[in-house]
Amino acid sequence: MKQYFTRKLFIYILTFFIAVTIDWLIPRFMPGNPVQVLLARASLHAEAAKEMYSYYTKAFGLDLPLWKQYLNFWIAIFHGDLGTSILLFPQPVIKIIMRAVPYDIFLLLPSILLSWFAGNKFGAFAARTKWLDNTILPVGYILTATPYMWLAILLGWVLAMVFPIFPLAYASSPAMIHSFSWIFIADYLWHWFLPFASLFMVMFGGWAIGMRNMIIYELEADYSHYLEALGAPRKLVRRYAFRNAILPQVTGLALQLGIIMAGALVTEVVFSYPGIGYLILGAIQNQDFFLIQGCFLFIIIEVLIANFLIDVLYIIIDPRIRIGMGGKSA
Amino acid sequence: MTKPKKRINEFLYFALKNKRLRVGLSVVLFFLILALVGPLLTDYKWDDYVGPAYHPPSYEYWFGTTTFGQDVFTQFILGLKASFLVGIIGGGIGTLIGVLVGFTAGYHGGMIDEFLNMLTNIVIVIPTLAILLIISVYLKVRGVLIESIFIGFTAWPWAARAIRAQTFSLRSRDFVDLARISGIRPLKIMFTEIAPNMMSYLLMTFILQFGGAILIAATLDFIGLGPTNAISLGLMMNLAVLWGALPLGMWWWFIPPGAAIAAIVGALYLTNVGLDEVFNPKLRKL
Repeated sequence: MKQYFTRKLFIYILTFFIAVTIDWLIPRFMPGNPVQVLLARASLHAEAAKEMYSYYTKAFGLDLPLWKQYLNFWIAIFHGDLGTSILLFPQPVIKIIMRAVPYDIFLLLPSILLSWFAGNKFGAFAARTKWLDNTILPVGYILTATPYMWLAILLGWVLAMVFPIFPLAYASSPAMIHSFSWIFIADYLWHWFLPFASLFMVMFGGWAIGMRNMIIYELEADYSHYLEALGAPRKLVRRYAFRNAILPQVTGLALQLGIIMAGALVTEVVFSYPGIGYLILGAIQNQDFFLIQGCFLFIIIEVLIANFLIDVLYIIIDPRIRIGMGGKSA
Repeated sequence: MTKPKKRINEFLYFALKNKRLRVGLSVVLFFLILALVGPLLTDYKWDDYVGPAYHPPSYEYWFGTTTFGQDVFTQFILGLKASFLVGIIGGGIGTLIGVLVGFTAGYHGGMIDEFLNMLTNIVIVIPTLAILLIISVYLKVRGVLIESIFIGFTAWPWAARAIRAQTFSLRSRDFVDLARISGIRPLKIMFTEIAPNMMSYLLMTFILQFGGAILIAATLDFIGLGPTNAISLGLMMNLAVLWGALPLGMWWWFIPPGAAIAAIVGALYLTNVGLDEVFNPKLRKL
């Protein structure tokens, strides 16, 4: 188990290192000078612009030798300093991101976890139950093949335009004051529902199908046949199959995180939902390199933390790793 | 061993009998033919202003027109073509890299396996969209081809993992040992002993990569990071949302592109299940 953890930790640290390096490269190897973009916005006199240019170049540390810039970048990261946004000048990037992160967490966590649980339950239930298999399977395949934004557009069109039940955009009504009152929470949930529902449905399809296919393999395995031959009740055989089939689904969750993040991004764009995905779009359109950098870093951290939690979960549900067989299985 | 011809006949028999395979393949073929023949049915380019704006589907404009009076059917057909191109090239590259990495890691084991495994894990964890995003901002002019290549180069890890596991279980079989003792070189063993036994698996990997590439491309196009010089299904949805198709109720603009993607990718998945049942006799009894 210790070996399993050290290996995983090593990979995470290496990944983080590579990711931060890529992140550092973003503004430096991109066309267009971020400082010039910033100044173009301010539309100053030529002379003042020149003055400001040298000021900002110094302020952002762009006049130092590259290795020093790289080192400073690492130091800044550990101080939580991600630079100043150009799009929302002069707010610090970390503040903007911190404002967006809660929206992401409350949207992503419930939709990922609920769809995973529900999908696995339904998938296991559907396997080898003919009528369910014939209904859930096609529905699941269509859902998982649906592009995230299309389902979001469709839900938005039907439930916000044709039947105006839910709002089409934003995380709360413009007049609403952020507070912990029931009115605000109700308003928040009302805005939250459509993005949540569209994310949930697409993911649900994938998990249900994955589980259904896994269970079928497990039910054909020797141990299942042996149990059946011993006369074990159908329910017991299925319970064993489920415990084995859930393992690849946990791994699948880790593998899917990147795609889920992308899905959340486009869903947020459709509903103008103020999470990190929506921020990234604005940052790209405005060439706000510091904000892109910051968002990218946060996504990396989120994905790494989620991966680590999944690894811990894996140890809990797979006894083979606990007793030291981990790392050797193919 | 049975003769190859007889085996192919056997597969063909089960393939034609399999309903999932039949339905899946027909849908994919339908859209493929539409993408190939479709351009002959329209005289416009995708960004030509051809008629009245906000026009619902009619005899003249089959899928209606956009906010600017562009023909949605033309955009749809050309976007469909782009999607198939991304699927074939992106999915092909993804599968190829996955096969190479998976074979090498699974066959050699040891340090090479450790290294490739680590590489795979790193590419899995780094959100590939973020990298595609950076590259897309970097390249100002992009075509469908470049987009497909990027997608292929970032989508291979899960294929590599799956193929590695398969190779792992095959390499200790007697016939592979025999080849090794006979002094056949590793590369030749991989392609003459191991690969033929995984052909069905490789085909299925390609199908999944194909569908995955189409979905990733749609996501990229939707946030405006797709091709800059052509139309695609994702870009159609982007334009529809951007120019108020939702509040204006122009369903004919945003429904066809997403529906086509869902249908094609869903049909590909269904084909995959069907193929699985054809290749794996254990699954046939349903």
